[in-house]
Amino acid sequence: MTVLQARGLVKRYGHVTALDGTDFDLQAGEILAVIGDNGAGKSSLIKVLSGAHAPDEGELRLDGAVVRFGGPLDARRAGIETVYQDLAVAPAMSIAENLFLGREIRRAGVLGSVFRMLDKRRMLDDSRAHLRDLGLAVQSMTQPVETLSGGQRQAVAVARSAVFAKHVVIMDEPTAALGVREGAMVLDLARRARDRGLAVVLISHNMPQVFGVADRIHVQRLGRRVAVLDPRLVGMSDAVALMTGAVPAT
Amino acid sequence: MLRRQVGALAWVGVLGPLLALVLACGFFASRTDRFLTADNLSLVLQQVMVVGVIALGQTLIILTAGVDLSCGMVMALGSIVMTRLATSAGVPVPLAIAAGIGVATMFGLANGFLVTVVRLPPFIVTLGTMNIAFALTQLASGAQTVTDVPPALAILGNTVTIGRTSVVYGVGLMLALYLVAWFALRETAWGRHVYAVGNAPEAARLSGIPTRRVLIGVYVLAGAVYGLASLLSVARTGVGDPNAGTTENLDAITAVVLGGTSLFGGRGVIVGSLVGALIIGVFRNGLTLIGVVSVYQILVTGILVILAVAADQLSRGSAR
Repeated sequence: MTVLQARGLVKRYGHVTALDGTDFDLQAGEILAVIGDNGAGKSSLIKVLSGAHAPDEGELRLDGAVVRFGGPLDARRAGIETVYQDLAVAPAMSIAENLFLGREIRRAGVLGSVFRMLDKRRMLDDSRAHLRDLGLAVQSMTQPVETLSGGQRQAVAVARSAVFAKHVVIMDEPTAALGVREGAMVLDLARRARDRGLAVVLISHNMPQVFGVADRIHVQRLGRRVAVLDPRLVGMSDAVALMTGAVPAT
Repeated sequence: MLRRQVGALAWVGVLGPLLALVLACGFFASRTDRFLTADNLSLVLQQVMVVGVIALGQTLIILTAGVDLSCGMVMALGSIVMTRLATSAGVPVPLAIAAGIGVATMFGLANGFLVTVVRLPPFIVTLGTMNIAFALTQLASGAQTVTDVPPALAILGNTVTIGRTSVVYGVGLMLALYLVAWFALRETAWGRHVYAVGNAPEAARLSGIPTRRVLIGVYVLAGAVYGLASLLSVARTGVGDPNAGTTENLDAITAVVLGGTSLFGGRGVIVGSLVGALIIGVFRNGLTLIGVVSVYQILVTGILVILAVAADQLSRGSAR
């Protein structure tokens, strides 16, 4: 089932055409990797999908209905969560506080409605349950995020998106700054999010990683989608050839 | 078990200042019998209440990684507005109070607007509004102390007797304000957002927190709190003093820093600022009691601030 679909997206920045009529298709329950050379329009595509930028032309459909996002918040409300490379968490705040940042739960009754009291216990318990579901072992939910390793921090950011996304999780180079083991942990979270039925978009430069985790691969070149590959049928060198234009798209 | 330990961590920031306060009290108590008396401690509280309340507003702003240099001057302007209206203009006291608090709040709004919408650095904005508030204070008062203030305006200076010690109402107001701020920062989503905006503004924005609204709100709230400090200042001195606020201005920032709130934003406990204000108050009072001239008191305050900021910086360094 196609969750997120784009047709003929065009995005220009001054004289530069970043997106030149690109298409995009994302299915529920898959990890779709987006690859492309620098300047291929990957990040522009992601910015349009996540609501950060509005396309100049073209159409975006979520669950079949045409959507227009006025900003990242609109996209988020529509069920599309984005994990940003390293801006995602507040280091001095705890894991639970970060998970629920901007969507805190208030207590029931007068304490919540009149005194605006937070339901800290529930947020702690929910955080613990969510992270356990995602297979993330963290000692304490009240631990400040800055006491975690880089990979664990990123995992918190991914978990946060996976927990609250209704349809789509977009991960922009989520492992770029991480070591091998920690990168694997974050990718594992992506798999779990997919297994729970979410559609995951993974932008990555790391070819072995892309081929290891993706169900399909969207190849972006010169502002267009030139191919969608099945990593089980196509080799890495073929993908790279398409990316660089050494082999013309068919 | 573990949760309790980590939950307590938030308070570790206050333990240092609290220890400093206890040590200072112990030192002065050992040097003079007159320090550790109920009457003297009540006096310290009374001397601290204006700075303490200003420091509360200042803390909110510093938590968002800003700073407000105009706080003391805005407080002075508020007290001149109140006293002038209630005396020569003959405005009823409640209205005069509302006008004074209103003017201070408008200054907060102006600061907040310039910081969040025009995107000027808080340091520069409040340096400007500090001078504006000072000039307006002098103009509105003709650089004269406003006397013959109606007693109703200074009602918070009246005392209530607890045991055999009299405590002014204003101290109660200060403690109540701290209680409310403590609750709001700790128990509400707004509080979380204030910390998040100071700690990681970009992450806060991406989390869907209306960061500008939070910021402006904090500056407006701080302005209103300075307005309440104006009322306390009038209550304490019984007059409208155009030269009030000069020491309070930096004392308030000092109190916040001594209280363990980071000047880099996002870290700190509001009650720490009360402790910081008390540290300043205890040093002033104690040094006076043991006969140290006031120049040395200012010297000591200066040293204390640098020590506190250094401690903050060093502890950050080791945490990273």
